[in-house]
Amino acid sequence: MELCGLTIHELQDKLRAGETTSAEITASVLKRIDAVETEVRAYITLMRESAIEEAARADEAILRGEIKALTGIPIALKDIFCTKGVRTTCGSRILHNFVPPYDGTVVEKLRAAGAVITGKTNMDEFAMGSSTETSFFGVTRNPWDLTRIPGGSSGGSAAAVAADECIASLGSDTGGSIRQPAALCGVVGLKPTYGRVSRYGLIAFASSLDQIGPFTKDVEDCAILMNVISGYDPRESTSVPEDVPDYRAFLGRGIEGWRVGIPKEYFIDGIDPEVEAAIREAIRVVEKAGARCIEVSLPHTDYCVAVYYIVAPAEASSNLARYDGVKYGFRSEDNRDLLDMYKKTRSAGFGEEVKRRIMIGTYALSSGYYDAYYRKASQVRALIKRDFEQAFADCDCILTPTSPTPAFKIGEKTDDPMQMYLSDIFTISANLAGIPGISVPCGYTKSGLPIGVQFLAGHFQEGRLIQFASAYETHAKIEKRRPAL
Amino acid sequence: MEKINRDEVAYVANLARLTLDGEAVIKFTTQLNKILLYMDKLNEVDTTGVEPMSHAIARKNAFRSDTVAASLTIEASLANAPDAKGSCFQVPRVIE
Repeated sequence: MELCGLTIHELQDKLRAGETTSAEITASVLKRIDAVETEVRAYITLMRESAIEEAARADEAILRGEIKALTGIPIALKDIFCTKGVRTTCGSRILHNFVPPYDGTVVEKLRAAGAVITGKTNMDEFAMGSSTETSFFGVTRNPWDLTRIPGGSSGGSAAAVAADECIASLGSDTGGSIRQPAALCGVVGLKPTYGRVSRYGLIAFASSLDQIGPFTKDVEDCAILMNVISGYDPRESTSVPEDVPDYRAFLGRGIEGWRVGIPKEYFIDGIDPEVEAAIREAIRVVEKAGARCIEVSLPHTDYCVAVYYIVAPAEASSNLARYDGVKYGFRSEDNRDLLDMYKKTRSAGFGEEVKRRIMIGTYALSSGYYDAYYRKASQVRALIKRDFEQAFADCDCILTPTSPTPAFKIGEKTDDPMQMYLSDIFTISANLAGIPGISVPCGYTKSGLPIGVQFLAGHFQEGRLIQFASAYETHAKIEKRRPAL
Repeated sequence: MEKINRDEVAYVANLARLTLDGEAVIKFTTQLNKILLYMDKLNEVDTTGVEPMSHAIARKNAFRSDTVAASLTIEASLANAPDAKGSCFQVPRVIE
């Protein structure tokens, strides 16, 4: 196995034993990028030179005996995280030339932990999408089948990990944007509890839903990254001052006696038969591992997509009001006056899906419609959260499919926004309720596309989620495959 | 049933500071109608007496002491500006 195909913990063992260097690991990743990136197109911006320099510094630190959690490990960032001096586009023309003057908190934390940053990955414009097709910078392809989408919105971060174009990556998840692409690309993806990870320096989409989390090749790596990025940040007023446990301590503990909720509302018509079969098999695996599966009910599941596509666009229409061509980013030419400049800049700077969501959100918040849409959605949201509280009274965690289908074809859903929105049907509820969720590979379709299983737990139960996912991973023994690129 | 017509789409676009051409207005009217019709299913839910929820984690307002801390320099703040003059962002004329 080439170095780029290994995990964080395997590479750290080799670094500690002096069997390899960060320079070699980084060279292996860059060589892999050279070999496959023209087909996968996971990155918007590569940071080749700074990565090589950071690797050299990591090797000096190792020689001094200083090995931190991520020393010398190449990690990619979704292009939604502000990186000092490195263009940050959010997949949009309106930020195509934006160079942030500061690093976001998670970027600072990765650097402080010794990581080597490989670059900025592709994404749906402003994270609005489930396929990475709305990016101004082109479509990312699924490494398992280049005619298919990688999922979204963090499709570049998921594809980069699946294709070994980095060792791990970070993404953001507003309605499933980490878990859905993780499932479709056959990697592990975790959305933490709302408030667990600081979003300072994360470009905002829907502020009551957005959360940052890792993409990794296994559950142990997920625990390693969660240890690095979690925690309260005084610069982010919604981050929560709740103690961060050592997530690695939850690995390998087993799940004997656990009660696992299977929500009946998640086994619907329209779920792909191969996905359903894989999830039924996952239920058997956790039972064999000593857990007891019980049926639970989340009665408002059917309303999640409707609530989400009111709340998220409403918040987005407000958050995206700042892109006006004044302080940064794209500005239109030949402007008659200030208002003309705002309109021309935004009309030429935003893509169609972003405009559609701004329109939905503006409408839902506008005079005369606020009560019927935004207020109503916020009330149903409270009922969705209550559903989970009641379910978690009877079970330790919940098991569901991550996505109703495997990766779909590029272009298949671009003309029908409502069909695209329904691909988030199993992931949205966790964002609305603010609870953590993880997607773990649970098999492949006959044609070789990865399938993911999702585990959900109560607020700040990431440790137990990792414990459960780790036990599942150990007992499921899903065959490790590598995309044929 | 029509939830939103072309005039309303054009009105909302103006509120959102977007310019839509005729073709885009027609397309968005069709799509927004389909999306808003889907939202109607929320009316099936009895929400009498349910407090609207805005954040998943109940939090008090986050106050901090009013002390001066490090901030961006004027040069760094203006570095991304499409147009700047001296220590200001420059925009088209606002007042005649």
